[in-house]
Formats: sequence, C-alpha cells, structure tokens
Amino acid sequence: MPSTSASEPGPASARRPRIAGIGRVLVVIYAILALGAFGRSLVQILQQFDEAPLAYTLSAVSAAVYIVATVALVARGAVWYRVAWVTISFEMLGVLVVGTLSVVAPELFAHASVWSYYGVGYLFIPLVLPVLGMLWLSKNRPVVAR
Amino acid sequence: MIEWFSYVQIAIAVLAGVFCLVVGFTGRTPNDFTLGSTALVEVLLVIQFVVALLSPAFGNTASGDVLEFYVYAVSALLLPAAAVFWALIDRTKWSTVILGVACLAIAVMVYRMNAIWLVQGV
Repeated sequence: MPSTSASEPGPASARRPRIAGIGRVLVVIYAILALGAFGRSLVQILQQFDEAPLAYTLSAVSAAVYIVATVALVARGAVWYRVAWVTISFEMLGVLVVGTLSVVAPELFAHASVWSYYGVGYLFIPLVLPVLGMLWLSKNRPVVAR
Repeated sequence: MIEWFSYVQIAIAVLAGVFCLVVGFTGRTPNDFTLGSTALVEVLLVIQFVVALLSPAFGNTASGDVLEFYVYAVSALLLPAAAVFWALIDRTKWSTVILGVACLAIAVMVYRMNAIWLVQGV
C-alpha cells in the first residue's frame, strides 16, 4: 500500500489550498454577518411575520445564503469554489436590488432586513463584503494539479 | 442592563478591538495581551448577561423586545470565545486581526443591546 500522507496534494484533482492569510479574516466577517442575519430573521419571523412577509422571508433567505457562502469559502475543491461564486454573486445582486427597492418602494421593504437601504443597519458591510469576497475568489482560484 | 456599564463595555471593546487590529497588522501572532484583552471583553459580556438576567427582579425591565435582546446577548457571548479558540489553534498574525474584528463586532452589538433595553418604547 503506498504510504502517501493525506496532506500531500492528490494528482490530477482540482484543489485549492486551505484558506489562509487575510482570507481567514474575510471568513470570520462572513460568519459574523451570517450569525447577525440569522438571529434577526429568527426574531422577525417568530414575532412579526405578518407585518412584512416579503421583507422577512428575504431576511431568512439572505441569512441562509450568508451561511452557505461562509461554508463555501472555507471548504475546499472546485465545486465549493463555484458555490462560493454563486452565493456571493447572489448577495451582491440582493443588496443592490433590495437596496434600490427599499428606496423606490419603501412600503414593501421598509421593515429592516440585512439588505434594506444597502445594508445601512449593518454599517454597509453587506455592500462591501461581496466585492471583497469576489476579489479574494478571483485571486485564489483552485489550483489544478498536474 | 445598566447604562453606564454598557458604555464602559463599549469603550473597552473598541479599545481592545483597535489594539488587536494594530498589533495584528504589525505582524504579531496572538499573545497574552491580545488574548487577554479579548478575554476581558468576554468577561464583561458575562457580567452584563447576568445583570440583564437579574435586573427585572429589581424593577429594571427592558423597554424593547426581550427575545431580540437575548438573541444579541447569546450571539455576543459566543463571538469572543470563538475568536480566542481560533487564535489558540491558528497561530498566525491574522488570528490577532480576527480578535480585533470580534471585539469591534461586540462593541456594535452591545450598542444595539443597549438601545433595545433602554431606548425603545420610551
């Protein structure tokens, strides 16, 4: 039986080194945002779902997406890399669309969600974070081992 | 919650956060000072949590939503503990930066908890 250790990169597989450097800080900020979005949507749905079903459903969806994005940034492999791109793009789209709608049609989105008014309730972190995430992803593609 | 104690807590969390960020960006791995200041932030959170649990018995009730308050309070308790745990495992300068990010997040969360307890419904 060949004694290759598990830490050596396997041949002919697309891998990405375990997340390192400033990327770890990015993951932590994502995790904090995921926790915040999850906590808030939980409270909203338990207590006042009828007031603004659309905004609060969106709150829950965004919380779920932040959680998946956090996991996708940490997990290795080409598939997770793609998942990270999809979820982070979705966040970018979400904050832009919902942010604009909350200004244009406040009766739909006046109730606080992570993305209302471009994330002002979260210090605009939801607006900045996807950009940083995309930059980080494009600089750290999965390495195809030969 | 006790108002002056919250402000002390926010001030210490901001100081600890900035301190850890500066130390982290100068390239140091987590040390006794950065871990200690994050631990101090956690200890203050535990004290505040106990104060919040006891104060309704002394006539100091939350003016805002109690459930929302405790979602914040429990999340806040987890954060510095998780950051310290991370820093003990991952001995790089980025862990020191992460300690700073966690402390600053606590400052924001305590500010929100303070607002929920004191400002709403007044």
